[in-house]
Amino acid sequence: MTYKVSDFKNSQQICWCPGCGNYGILSSLHKAMATLEIAPHNIVVISGIGCSSRLPYYMNTYGFHTIHGRGAAVATGVKVANPNLSVWLATGDGDCLAIGGNHFIHTIRRNVDINILLMNNKIYGLTKGQYSPTSNRGFISKSSPYGTIENPFRPAELVIGARGCFFARTLDSNIENSSKLLIEAAHHKGTSVIEFILNCVIFNNGINNDIISNSNRLNKTIFLHHGEKMIFGEKNNKGIVLDGFNLKVATIGENGYTLNDVLVHDETTTDPNLHLKLALMDGDELPLALGIIRNVESQVYDIEVEKQIQKIKTTKTERTLNDFLMSGDVWEIS
Amino acid sequence: MNEIKIKELKNVVIRFSGDSGDGMQLVGSIFSNLSAYLGNEITTLPDFPTEIRSPRGSLSGVSGYQVQIGSNVYTPGNKANILIAMNPAALKVNAKFLYSDSVIIIDKDSFGLSDLQKASFSTDNPFKELELNSVQIIAAPILQMCRSCLKRDNKQATKNRNIFALGLVCWLLNHPIEIAEKFLYKKLKKNSDVLYDIKNTLLAGYNYGHNTHNSIATYRIEATSHKNGYYTNIDGNKATAYGLIAASEKSSLPLFLASYPITPATDIMQELAARKELNIKTMQAEDEIASACIAIGASFAGNLSVTTTSGPGLALKGEAIGLAVMAEIPLVIIDVQRCGPSTGLPTKSEQSDLMQALYGRNGESPVVVISAVSPTNCFNMAFWACKLAIEHLTPVILLTDGYIANGSSAWRIPNIDEYPNIKPPYVTENIKKNWHPYYRNPVNDVRYWALPGKEGFSHRIGGLEKNCNTSAISIDALNHQKMVKIRQSKIDKIAKYIPLQKIIGDINANLLIIGWGGTYGHLLEAITQIHKSNLEVALIHLNFICPLPLNVEKIINKYKKILVVEQNLGQLANYLRSKINGFQTYQYNQIDGQPINVTHLVEKIKQLL
Repeated sequence: MTYKVSDFKNSQQICWCPGCGNYGILSSLHKAMATLEIAPHNIVVISGIGCSSRLPYYMNTYGFHTIHGRGAAVATGVKVANPNLSVWLATGDGDCLAIGGNHFIHTIRRNVDINILLMNNKIYGLTKGQYSPTSNRGFISKSSPYGTIENPFRPAELVIGARGCFFARTLDSNIENSSKLLIEAAHHKGTSVIEFILNCVIFNNGINNDIISNSNRLNKTIFLHHGEKMIFGEKNNKGIVLDGFNLKVATIGENGYTLNDVLVHDETTTDPNLHLKLALMDGDELPLALGIIRNVESQVYDIEVEKQIQKIKTTKTERTLNDFLMSGDVWEIS
Repeated sequence: MNEIKIKELKNVVIRFSGDSGDGMQLVGSIFSNLSAYLGNEITTLPDFPTEIRSPRGSLSGVSGYQVQIGSNVYTPGNKANILIAMNPAALKVNAKFLYSDSVIIIDKDSFGLSDLQKASFSTDNPFKELELNSVQIIAAPILQMCRSCLKRDNKQATKNRNIFALGLVCWLLNHPIEIAEKFLYKKLKKNSDVLYDIKNTLLAGYNYGHNTHNSIATYRIEATSHKNGYYTNIDGNKATAYGLIAASEKSSLPLFLASYPITPATDIMQELAARKELNIKTMQAEDEIASACIAIGASFAGNLSVTTTSGPGLALKGEAIGLAVMAEIPLVIIDVQRCGPSTGLPTKSEQSDLMQALYGRNGESPVVVISAVSPTNCFNMAFWACKLAIEHLTPVILLTDGYIANGSSAWRIPNIDEYPNIKPPYVTENIKKNWHPYYRNPVNDVRYWALPGKEGFSHRIGGLEKNCNTSAISIDALNHQKMVKIRQSKIDKIAKYIPLQKIIGDINANLLIIGWGGTYGHLLEAITQIHKSNLEVALIHLNFICPLPLNVEKIINKYKKILVVEQNLGQLANYLRSKINGFQTYQYNQIDGQPINVTHLVEKIKQLL
């Protein structure tokens, strides 16, 4: 069966602000789903609370807009109850990393086969502009009029800290790349986290411009491809090289660096250390990494649940409550 | 030949007590099973300390297991006819639960001076110090005798003291030792060397009584005639778990449980986690909130979905339950109540979560609230919880409590065929044309259930208010009012689908006692005692609280005086005041973490007559 993008759209009026980055994410998702060849009725999109979490209403699939922070738990329940469904979670930095932080890390730790779209705009939009757990230290907002005095979370660090197996990063506006990453995330068995660098046009407009504006993007970001050299820059002559245990940027042909010195990206290594280093590159001295940073196979929770049941069934013969009760400490009175 | 003195008794209460590491729960439960097997009715009450292992011999570390055996047994009893006290602390803690002529079995080897000091005795005669002047004492050198029963390993002797005590109690109750042995073997499943030692120890306990204590009368307990069938001993938590499994079979829905460990509810999760051969999925979630939300997700996907907890956990699940109310999806929540507020007394029982179950959520958030009245009744009520949740697409809160959750009774294994089918209100092709998520059956106001995976019914629901005609998000004022009312009316209409309330006792009495939940056995015993004094009293004991059975108001209005008995400060009484116009009642509120004191209650009832 083949599907069109329009099969995944519905007639619900979209209520995000004009210019919101979420429109791009929604289009990427519609596009990815049309390619995935999964029937809309076999897809479930779950969300928590916040601007990002309105997304399920704009999908012509099954959808459940739940409560603040708990989307990951609800999505876990859906997937474990019926592993045949394709389950997606739309969430934001506040929903997922503040009030829902616990469910986020435990879902990743279990490796439930769901795809998490983490829309990170470093701000609370729907409550009208408070700082979020990913806002930079010193960020001034309505609830931090003199600047925040706390360190932000870096989502990748939590994902890898929770032993996550799939982490990718993309830009809200880059529909072409985003939809490709979403397709890869769907194919990955286990929890996939895709961090969207999202612009909030009202409360945090241009926050990422230093890195992702058209004039800066080529020098401040790198798109990682599995099996390829980590090269970037306007002239495509910069590369990521090892400097002791650290990463640094080298210009090929300068200071004795050749193309051979540039690292090759391997998204499949089990050891998470290099993936973490790549994921933490922030567009300052090192370019912000986009693309699939980590993509490792591991045991998948919802599959293991079913496997364990099948295994136990081979060792025990009881199939009904009555079978089971009669096999226990029972006496007859007649 | 010894002269045989046997007292024929209807009921006897035995309390096993010792350090929490002494294995009192084990021998207590074996003794209960044995008694049930011999045709006695049984009701048990385990009494654990909160700490897993307090210092040996200390007062805070005493663990007890009480069982009443005989006929017309409704409760584990107030006071013990026979106390097994493995150390001075156990004697001290239980002194207040004794009759003046109770039999006390002690291990003489653990009543040394230092043992007495650990239990804060100031003299070397604990009985005198506790003013137990006329009790009958069997002071057996248990440790020493256990040692002499062992083939080799001496360390095992301390562990076998409970087995010796069990043998001694079997002698005292005239329970055949061979059958006790079988129950013991089944429970222990050890290698043959250990079993040999255990058999010797059990027999030594029995013989010790037989050979040395002919001055103490032994008891023979009347066996009662049970309904024919297969029986097993079951506690409330297990019965709850089995009721859920039965509902899964009768609804053809897979059973899914997500919970977080919490005393005294954890056993339900553990029981179901071990039943994978019956196709049950269980998840131990990262917290209480997650367990409710995971269960909600599983329910959205079409499983029979359950989350179990105790009071503090119910508080945490509140917002998620509200979501299930709003989204109108089935969810079974089981609250095994314990003393609160906050952490309270985790191992002690109370009925103080009623208001929380009824109203502990934001907004107008009606749910069904039902309660189980005894360990075996947990089976039926867990079944009912599932039936109402699935057929009416609503959260149902089942209240049990620590007392019935851990208490056990002999239970006749039910014939599942006699239970009704549970029919989910699935969407059908006929309604497809007009269908939207909140399209309802006007008879019971229940919407139709479309499960993900079903073609042609893709839809979005959630916590935001929806338009009653289209199910699109709506902030329309009148629409909200309409939806609030319809969510309430959906619950109210469930009254037509539950059994009418039964009256127990003297229907034409002036006084009606009203109870609910785990106090049933005590109230039954109280009205039996009243009846024996040639006085009249009636009882209604509620299984269904919200909605109330249709005839409750009518029953209540027939009586001149009402007494509501509950283990809280008056939560059911207040609920009834809010539901029944002009409702006036006396209250009996015992809130000390202990089962209702029947003697006190009977006095109170007599004052009202």
